[in-house]
Amino acid sequence: MTVSPQLDERFRAAAAAEGLLDVAYDIADSPVGPLLVAVSERGLCRISYDTEPERELESLARSFGARVLRSPRPVDEAKRELDEYFAGERTAFDLAVDIERLSPFNRSVLEELARVPYGSLTTYGTLAGRAGRPRAARAVGTIMNRNPIPIVLPCHRVVGSTGSLVGYAGGLDRKKTLLRLEGSLRTAE
Amino acid sequence: MAAVSQFPRPRSLDTMMEAVRIPPFETLYLEHRNEVFRFLVRRVGRDRAEDAFQETFLRALRGYPGLRHGEHLRAWLYTIAVRVAADEHRRKPAPTVVREEGVRDARPEYAELEHLAGDLPAKERAAVVLRYGYDLSYADIGMALGSSEEAARQAASSGVRRLRRRRIEIA
Repeated sequence: MTVSPQLDERFRAAAAAEGLLDVAYDIADSPVGPLLVAVSERGLCRISYDTEPERELESLARSFGARVLRSPRPVDEAKRELDEYFAGERTAFDLAVDIERLSPFNRSVLEELARVPYGSLTTYGTLAGRAGRPRAARAVGTIMNRNPIPIVLPCHRVVGSTGSLVGYAGGLDRKKTLLRLEGSLRTAE
Repeated sequence: MAAVSQFPRPRSLDTMMEAVRIPPFETLYLEHRNEVFRFLVRRVGRDRAEDAFQETFLRALRGYPGLRHGEHLRAWLYTIAVRVAADEHRRKPAPTVVREEGVRDARPEYAELEHLAGDLPAKERAAVVLRYGYDLSYADIGMALGSSEEAARQAASSGVRRLRRRRIEIA
């Protein structure tokens, strides 16, 4: 005898409704593959291309607290905005993000990153300058590589000073797909 | 799985061992939801098992931040399930009985263990409850049972073995 899907769903919804979760997450489909989308009480706290949850859940538990549970309702809003983005209907996200636990420099880089508009590109050096440390391009590269909330914090819009795409934590193909979607990369590239 | 050792480990060894990390709740839930559900079906019946199941895991979530390490989590879940089942029994057959919250919460381990150990032979049951519920020494348990320290130790350990055969972990 096993737990029915209805009972499972009911418990997961109740856990969120009673405010008992540090992190609620769900898996969303997208043109760049399934995404693990997680929210804390402060807002969107993680988007991961790695949907093999074990590692990701451990990391969420360490960062935000061990009450990490798959529960779709709290993630609905984020999933809806992502759907709209991928459908080309949304060029900016209205979601609150939770990057509170990051270092001040890390945070200010991600805050600057969030201001890079849809359909445009910037460089690691430019972003470093805007965050107040013009010579910290490499550090900015590392921060992009560890961006906890890719897509919404658009590290795919950051390229090398020569215009080369450089890299992407989710793989270069995904970076290209996102840039094509935004019209910043010709379809052939 | 930790065994009930006949020879207690020196404390220094315990402190040298890194505390077992508390897993994400999802992991714990996926691992144990079905067995906890089956357990509750046996305890409260099919009709009430679903409510009891949800209550068990909601209580577990409420208590989760208070855990200091990730050891014996399965046993911990079962003690919650046992308490939920006991509450169900109290609620259903005699709804007029006023629940004595303070009394119930004062000695939770005792109440839980008493339930788990309920079907054991009397002496084993007393030994298990006194050892693991009240944390008494075997010498004290021997006195309480009117037998020797060694007899108390044997009663507790065969009680634990019997519980284990029923897949109930208490230590």
